Amino acid sequence: MFARSHNLGAALLLAPLLLLLALAYGIPFLGVMKWSVTLPEPGLGQYHALLTDPLVQSVFVRTARICALVTVTAVAAAYAIAYVWVRGTPGQRLAAEYCILVPFWISVLTRAFGWVALLSNQGLINTWLRATGILDEPLALVRNEFGVVVGMTHFLIPFAVFPIASAMRALDERVLLAARGLGASRTRIFWSIFVPMTMSGIIGAALIVFVFALGFFITPAILGGGRSVMVAELVYLRIFQSPDWGLGAAISITLVLIVGLLTTALFRFLRPSQMAG
Amino acid sequence: MSGYRPGPIALFLAFLVAIFLLMPLLAVVPVSFTPSRMLSMPTGELSIRHYRALVDDPRWLDSILLSLRIGIVSSTLATLLALVFGLGIWMFRPRYTAVLVGFVLLPMIVPPVVSAITLYFLLTSMSGIGSVVGYDTWLGVALAHVVVTVPFAVVLILVSLSQVDRRIDLAARGLGASTWERATQVIIPNIKFGIATAWLLSFVLSWEEIGVTLFITSVNAITLPRLMWMGLRDNIDPSIAAISVILILITVTVMTARVVYRRARGAA
Repeated sequence: MFARSHNLGAALLLAPLLLLLALAYGIPFLGVMKWSVTLPEPGLGQYHALLTDPLVQSVFVRTARICALVTVTAVAAAYAIAYVWVRGTPGQRLAAEYCILVPFWISVLTRAFGWVALLSNQGLINTWLRATGILDEPLALVRNEFGVVVGMTHFLIPFAVFPIASAMRALDERVLLAARGLGASRTRIFWSIFVPMTMSGIIGAALIVFVFALGFFITPAILGGGRSVMVAELVYLRIFQSPDWGLGAAISITLVLIVGLLTTALFRFLRPSQMAG
Repeated sequence: MSGYRPGPIALFLAFLVAIFLLMPLLAVVPVSFTPSRMLSMPTGELSIRHYRALVDDPRWLDSILLSLRIGIVSSTLATLLALVFGLGIWMFRPRYTAVLVGFVLLPMIVPPVVSAITLYFLLTSMSGIGSVVGYDTWLGVALAHVVVTVPFAVVLILVSLSQVDRRIDLAARGLGASTWERATQVIIPNIKFGIATAWLLSFVLSWEEIGVTLFITSVNAITLPRLMWMGLRDNIDPSIAAISVILILITVTVMTARVVYRRARGAA
């Protein structure tokens, strides 16, 4: 009797959210899967197109290239500011916290717009370059891959800071002081102790940034100006601009598979290192 | 012993990153005061016409009110659902906890564009059944926002539950408290702060949400981010700079309030 009421209580508490997500997320996702194999005609034609169509291919290649570049720049930048956030004086820490958290809380649209205001032809940088007579023609800084990489790096730095900072906080300061006591230089301590001991944070940050960058489309759509289309933006275009719902759905399913594989890799990688630490 | 502090090279590099992080936020300030109708730097005189447009043009006010309404409804629902689910996990420790939590967190892990196309499928299908909750309706957007924000609320609530001392719950049980009494009189009062944080985060996420909203609205349910998106895509409207400056000011104020509050509590 007790066991039955126990199970009933658990079911009553767990059911609402599980049911909502099954109905509003699980089933529609199956619907998208169905789109990918039925539109415009039944079969695996869309997945075949995914592998052979040169346009789709070029978008995938560009996405991989931009994601790799953004991962390197965002993780490197995050490492530098996380270092000061964790190890700095109280004043430096507060300053770093503002620089990390203010952009983090501000909407992606505002941040992308800020880059447009800086980099566009009528923007701050080009206006200044022309006013000082350094250049006659504006530099093309947005509506190309450069703008996309800058905007996405900016968006993803805070996400990379969190895992890196937590790895840095876990590092015992006495190890660093001991190394200094034994006469190691700053450079030596940084490269031989600090970086290797925070490697789990670096890898975690890199995977988070890469996965986020893969499925992201607001920043590329605004700063790429339709010229350097990435995979996620292609989904949007195939649903709303030159409709091919089947292809949009097939790309979505492929994205989920890639992200699933990367996430599994992340857990595989983090589990053993956490046990060792 | 002063501890191990960053050296000059590290500080210099971090300083460059800090400038990079703040630069686009600062750049919108001069643009918002341009007297021109187009995106440009003010040359000479400054103007507040783009701030006035935010008040005079009903589209901005309407979209702000709509975003507030959707944010409040969806974050309240998301927090309630997450709380009830979290209580179920914490109190009953079901056998498949990892699978259940993993399933609930899916909308957070799946790429935003995939959630967007999934919810587009949901709402266009629902539009066929009834027109209240469907494509391009405010309730449809609220429902979609519940789906994409609820994993974050679940994470925050599970984290704060994990810090509750199980012995106080055991004591309540030993004294004969029912499940309802344990939940409402013992557990919830101990995670009040976590519940409030979950609500706030869900609200902010809904207030800023654009990826999914873009797929499920067209002309009726124009939220603030949706309106900003429209102004960014066509001719760039400097009113976006004005609204951006206001949003940045709000963020900095709230963050400063938090820092001051934390200091005051730490000092007390």
